Amino acid sequence: MEIYGLGIVAFCMYIGSFAGYFIGKLLGVSGNVGGVGFAMLLLVLLSNYYETKKGGWSERTQNGILLLSALYIPIVVAMAGIQNVVAAFSGGAVAFLAGGIATIGSMLLVPLIGKLDKDETIE
Amino acid sequence: MIGEIITTLFSKFPLVGAIGAVAIIMAFSYWFANLIGQKRMGSAIAIVISLALAFVAGKTTGGAKGISDVTYFSGFALLGGSMLRDYAIVSTAFGVKLENLKKAGLPGVVSLLIGVAFSFFVGVIIAVALGYNNAVDAATIGAGTVTFIVGPVTGTALGASSEVVALSIAAGVVKSVVTMIITPLIAKSIKLDNPTTAMVYGGLIGTTSGVAGGLAATDSKLVPYGAMTATFYTGLGSLICPSIGYMIVKMFL
Repeated sequence: MEIYGLGIVAFCMYIGSFAGYFIGKLLGVSGNVGGVGFAMLLLVLLSNYYETKKGGWSERTQNGILLLSALYIPIVVAMAGIQNVVAAFSGGAVAFLAGGIATIGSMLLVPLIGKLDKDETIE
Repeated sequence: MIGEIITTLFSKFPLVGAIGAVAIIMAFSYWFANLIGQKRMGSAIAIVISLALAFVAGKTTGGAKGISDVTYFSGFALLGGSMLRDYAIVSTAFGVKLENLKKAGLPGVVSLLIGVAFSFFVGVIIAVALGYNNAVDAATIGAGTVTFIVGPVTGTALGASSEVVALSIAAGVVKSVVTMIITPLIAKSIKLDNPTTAMVYGGLIGTTSGVAGGLAATDSKLVPYGAMTATFYTGLGSLICPSIGYMIVKMFL
């Protein structure tokens, strides 16, 4: 059933975020440290495990998960709509230069660090 | 009377209203993308339209939460808020192959460390160059350049003034907005077309909203990989910016 799919994702999110908040508390940082990442990792492990052991979840269960991922882009569009764009534009030269240069610089580093993967396989 | 009923509809069903409004924005964007022969630009155009609406809304209402500050569209805060965003992001991990993750593990971790350090020091250098010479101010602005959450976390820990904290948030928001707009344009030239580079990209840029928006506009298959590393970025930043980062800045200032 579709609700099983939604439930599986909810379960992963709770477990992952529990780990995230727990690590946050241990480190003395407020908030959720990597909780979403742990949740995703858990979903990957669960679905890969079911795939190999039991041939995967039923189509209707999968539909529940796919419904959520299909909503992802509309959610991102809504998220863009609640950003404080005025503050971004009026933060002055410091905000604009720091944010802009750091972003573009980081993007240019992508192909460099991406190469680490290939170097490893050659060795 | 009619006007009153319409107002009631929007205030009683805010989430449904927001879903309808996003559907209209997306329908228009995909229609426009088809018109100019760039089918894949649809979601990028929708994101830019949303950002533009958020700008207009911010100017007219004076609020900090874009469209959701307009009474009729308060549902945007729920639909685009972190709860549903993270729920949907987690779901995108379905279909990810374990071996792709393993392959990108090392570059993913390296990109996180370099990403946080790089953004922090670029922010610090620019802050100092523009006259923010004390270590607390420079470190706070540098931390804001990491993400708009790390900025206030660091500023609070170091006791920075609220003006500097506001600047640090602005730097982070600029990063997030610039990421959403530029990613689809620059994707090809930085080879952002496979799971490994998507994970590296998530680790280097780190702002979850920027990475999510940028990858969604580039190729939605890459979203889970980028999101997975990006989600560790803010935590790592909140950890090292007010501690090691501040100490290093203090040695030079």
